[in-house]
Amino acid sequence: MKADVGKPLAAFGVGELLRLPPFGQKFGGAAEYVVIPALALFGSMVLFGIFVALFGKSPLDLYFYMYQGAFGTWFSCQNTLTRAAPLILTALCTALPAQLGMVIIGGEGALLIGALAATGAALVLPWAPPLAVDVAMAIAGMAGGGLWIMLSGALRHYRGVNETISSLLLVYIALAILNFLVEGPMRDPTSLNKPSTREIGAANMIGSIPGTDVHWGFVFGIIAAVLSYILIYHTVFGFAARVAGGNIRAAKVVGLSVGKLILIICFLAGAAAGLAGMFEVAAVQGRANANLAAGYGFAGILVAFLARQNPLAVIPVAILLGGINASGGLLQRRLDLPDASVLVLQGMIFVMVLASDTLYGRWSIFKGKAS
Amino acid sequence: MNFDNISRRHLLLGTAALGLGATLPLGSARAATTTIGFIYVGSRDDYGYNQAHAAGAAALKKMAGIKVVEEEKVPETDAVEKTMESMINLDGATLLFPTSFGYYNPHMLKMAVKFPKLRFEHCGGLWSEKDPKNAGSYFGYIDESQYVAGVIAGHMSKSGKLGFVAAKPIPQVLRNINAWTLGAKLANPNITTQVIFTGDWSMPVKEAEATNSLIDQGVDVITCHVDGPKTVVENAARRGAMVTGYHVNQAVLAPKAYLTGAEWNWEVLYPRFAKMFTSGETIPNFYRGGLKEEIVKVSPYGAMVPEAARKQADDVKAKLTAGNYVIFKGPIADNKGKVVIAANVSRGQTDPELEKMDYLVEGVVGATS
Repeated sequence: MKADVGKPLAAFGVGELLRLPPFGQKFGGAAEYVVIPALALFGSMVLFGIFVALFGKSPLDLYFYMYQGAFGTWFSCQNTLTRAAPLILTALCTALPAQLGMVIIGGEGALLIGALAATGAALVLPWAPPLAVDVAMAIAGMAGGGLWIMLSGALRHYRGVNETISSLLLVYIALAILNFLVEGPMRDPTSLNKPSTREIGAANMIGSIPGTDVHWGFVFGIIAAVLSYILIYHTVFGFAARVAGGNIRAAKVVGLSVGKLILIICFLAGAAAGLAGMFEVAAVQGRANANLAAGYGFAGILVAFLARQNPLAVIPVAILLGGINASGGLLQRRLDLPDASVLVLQGMIFVMVLASDTLYGRWSIFKGKAS
Repeated sequence: MNFDNISRRHLLLGTAALGLGATLPLGSARAATTTIGFIYVGSRDDYGYNQAHAAGAAALKKMAGIKVVEEEKVPETDAVEKTMESMINLDGATLLFPTSFGYYNPHMLKMAVKFPKLRFEHCGGLWSEKDPKNAGSYFGYIDESQYVAGVIAGHMSKSGKLGFVAAKPIPQVLRNINAWTLGAKLANPNITTQVIFTGDWSMPVKEAEATNSLIDQGVDVITCHVDGPKTVVENAARRGAMVTGYHVNQAVLAPKAYLTGAEWNWEVLYPRFAKMFTSGETIPNFYRGGLKEEIVKVSPYGAMVPEAARKQADDVKAKLTAGNYVIFKGPIADNKGKVVIAANVSRGQTDPELEKMDYLVEGVVGATS
């Protein structure tokens, strides 16, 4: 989507620059951005129905159980939201750098480092009151995750290293660091067959949102997504980032400090994933161990792309994916489908949404509304 | 499309009419049947850890009045809590088997507190007095089977070099490596076992590399302790080495190379638990056993195993099954020369010291850290 850098700068109006990143036209094409993904989703559900029918299962059963497992009961809804919680935060790790035209896919690494840093913070503060411990954990988690992705940003900016590759490789380094610390210096000697750190203590655990059993990570995910949206679309900083994302040379010519933008955005992106790691420790696991590497960081990439890198759209997409994952169990149990069938559906949605990109701006019904 | 779908269509319409949030008792008559939920961390047909449990679940399916619901590839996060709750809320499960080690704390414990009337059974032997009474943990002394398999391996190796592909240097794994090596030493006192740790439970690429590297070093009998031994078994067989299996019988993967193996026997234990549960009897919170209790077994010997090897292995197996044989009997030195079990000490299966094993016995080439 990047503009041809060879064109003279005068060729770009502000309007043209704005149109380059997805969701550039905030109001004009809003309907288009809802209808087209919805159609893509509908199309992939139909395809998945056919796929399931080929295996001799009834597609109607499939849709019924998917609805039942994801949203059909109060329990199912909570199940969906619980699974969506980490995905909102890890999706931001990909969606924020995307504004700069960067493809960061290492959210998993930031999550692990954030989780480790948060656990470390809790373990060195055994005397502090729970609220202070949780705040310290959040700060440590965000700093850890933020610095981790900032490393990819710095490598890109100062050394010209491709950020996609470096962030992915950093995941494996993060995993090695996690395993090393959990099985070595940070190991609780009583965790014999499941090497883990000491527990952060029941008092320091973050509970659920009252009336539900969804943990607070979900609320903080929404807050982070909204703040990211405001930052990107309603501040000068965000505008600058999108300009740089549209055309780096143009951004440099108008005097934007691209390096600073890259480092800050990468830090914020990593901080979001680090916060997800902090919640995995403080609200779910209670300690750091290999269980943390559950792939939330990778699922977040899918969410970000399906949301077309819009921080606000990340929320419903994460809930949708949470719902698909939540219903996956019911599909296994009732229809005897293998676990991989849910992956097939996710893949279909991914391809359909990406393919539907070509439809934007082609349908006249949306054009009348554009300003 | 067949006509069965019509009722489903009506049901769909009905659900729509009831609106969101309606809790449907999802088509299960609960009174007569007991629903048992099984949760696996990996794939049910992995020729390993998960398949062993699925075989146990399959044995339950044959019992009258029992309905089994299963879910595979459930990670050790709050996802497993939700899976348990889903089985409880939507399927009416009253007895649950979250089978992976990492499901226990905090996930299964949390669910046991939340549903005090239901029963939770975990594989791993982690239950202690402070844990909920409706939770239980069982495990098998599979090192007994490894010991017997080691005897066969010791007989079959021509190079005197055995190989072990292991996941992590944790007590359960070290115990298997040590038992297998001690068994092999009964057949050939000078035998060595080269061990390679891959670092995690399911690392097919590293497992294949480790297998190849062991064979390159002259190893001719290989076993492993990873979640899915398929890679190791197939690779070893392809390279012309012999294998002893783990978790389940892998003879179908390599009929010409498969000597024997250490297997779980969940298809005996799970029906036993189910009978206790349905008859109102309490399943013991802490349940363990080996060959004697039929919780573990040894794969049938391959056709290539000669009579002398079979005889010695059967002899050891008979003693273990009788329950009067101790594998970890002093004097035992570790591979750095330090005496870890003194001459007059005999550590039986239930000895808690064995749970903390952090050494490799003399004859094992490798390090725990």
